[in-house]
Amino acid sequence: MEVLEATFVRNGLVVAFAVVGLTVWFSYLLSDRLTAGRIHGSAIAITLGLVAAYVGGLITGGGTGVADIAFLSGVGIMGGGMFRDFAIVATAFGVQLSELKKAGLAGIISIFAGVIVSFVIGGLVAVLFGYTDPVAITTIGAGAVTYIVGPVTGAAIGASSELIALSVAAGLVKSILVMIGTPLVARSIGLDNPQSAMVFGGLMGTTSGVAGGLAATDPKLVPYGAMTATFYTGVGCLLGPSLLFLTVNALF
Amino acid sequence: MIIYGVALLSVCLVAGMLVGEYLGILIGVEANVGGVGIAMLLLVLACNTQRLKPMVEGLAGDGIKFWSAMYIPIVVAMAARQNVVAAVDGGLLALVAGVAAVVVSFALVPVLSRIGSQRSRLNDQDGGAH
Repeated sequence: MEVLEATFVRNGLVVAFAVVGLTVWFSYLLSDRLTAGRIHGSAIAITLGLVAAYVGGLITGGGTGVADIAFLSGVGIMGGGMFRDFAIVATAFGVQLSELKKAGLAGIISIFAGVIVSFVIGGLVAVLFGYTDPVAITTIGAGAVTYIVGPVTGAAIGASSELIALSVAAGLVKSILVMIGTPLVARSIGLDNPQSAMVFGGLMGTTSGVAGGLAATDPKLVPYGAMTATFYTGVGCLLGPSLLFLTVNALF
Repeated sequence: MIIYGVALLSVCLVAGMLVGEYLGILIGVEANVGGVGIAMLLLVLACNTQRLKPMVEGLAGDGIKFWSAMYIPIVVAMAARQNVVAAVDGGLLALVAGVAAVVVSFALVPVLSRIGSQRSRLNDQDGGAH
């Protein structure tokens, strides 16, 4: 048993390739047999991943899902920021510059609209729940932007650690919901071409959510959505502690 | 050589990330601003550059295509390492804030997409008039 675990841990990343491969195979099997292909195999695989992350978090009490289980630690490397960004950039291979230019303006507008809309909604929910302190409202609003903008903004304006944890949770809910929900609503929001994918990436902004959601919808759209989403967190971190906080401060 | 394509991809990512970091410092935020997006633009430009053709065609190109195809498995691994427990533990406020932000943003996709398509239609008409 010791030898087994030691071998798995020592070859973590390779184990992850095998485990993820098995998961994807099983998901496509489920997609075929149970849904006759109506629910995309990758959508099922991503959902299974999230469920596994929940179970892993419950078992270990850690913050990185199954990656906290020793023999699955390689999943943490494979699914970490470095490999994710590397693969996202690779999807840009074969992208047409003309498509990017066509949606350029709408893409840029969508980034600012997305940050502001998510912030306002998050802030409104905080107010509905009885918060009246501008620091609290801003931090929770920023969390609804992304789970990175929340803590960056909270730290900059001196929010308590409970508030920052709350803002991270709001951002995580958003990210997970985008992963699961995108394939379900894709058709009704017209998410089937490069232009709408760029707008989608700009509005949603959460890199993980957009990456997962578009992968489960149509992998061809991934580079367009990822392109705008990658600017979103930066814009959020820029606006959150400055313009948005000052506005909230003036209102409350 | 497959490594040529992989190396090109790597150079694009590192260069984009560096620019993103400096952009962040420049505008005074603690985040990488668009690093991945800039890296993607660099790769698209490289693919369209005549002198770099040997690095994106044939076997070298397969080195990039491999990582592009690994994207979905990597996203599955990414899903499996999310802090789902924290999201669930955030309680009703976090849930409502997150869900409301997503629902409203989803609803705005068709609205803002129209800006893009209207503009390109106008451009097409301009092109036809000249």
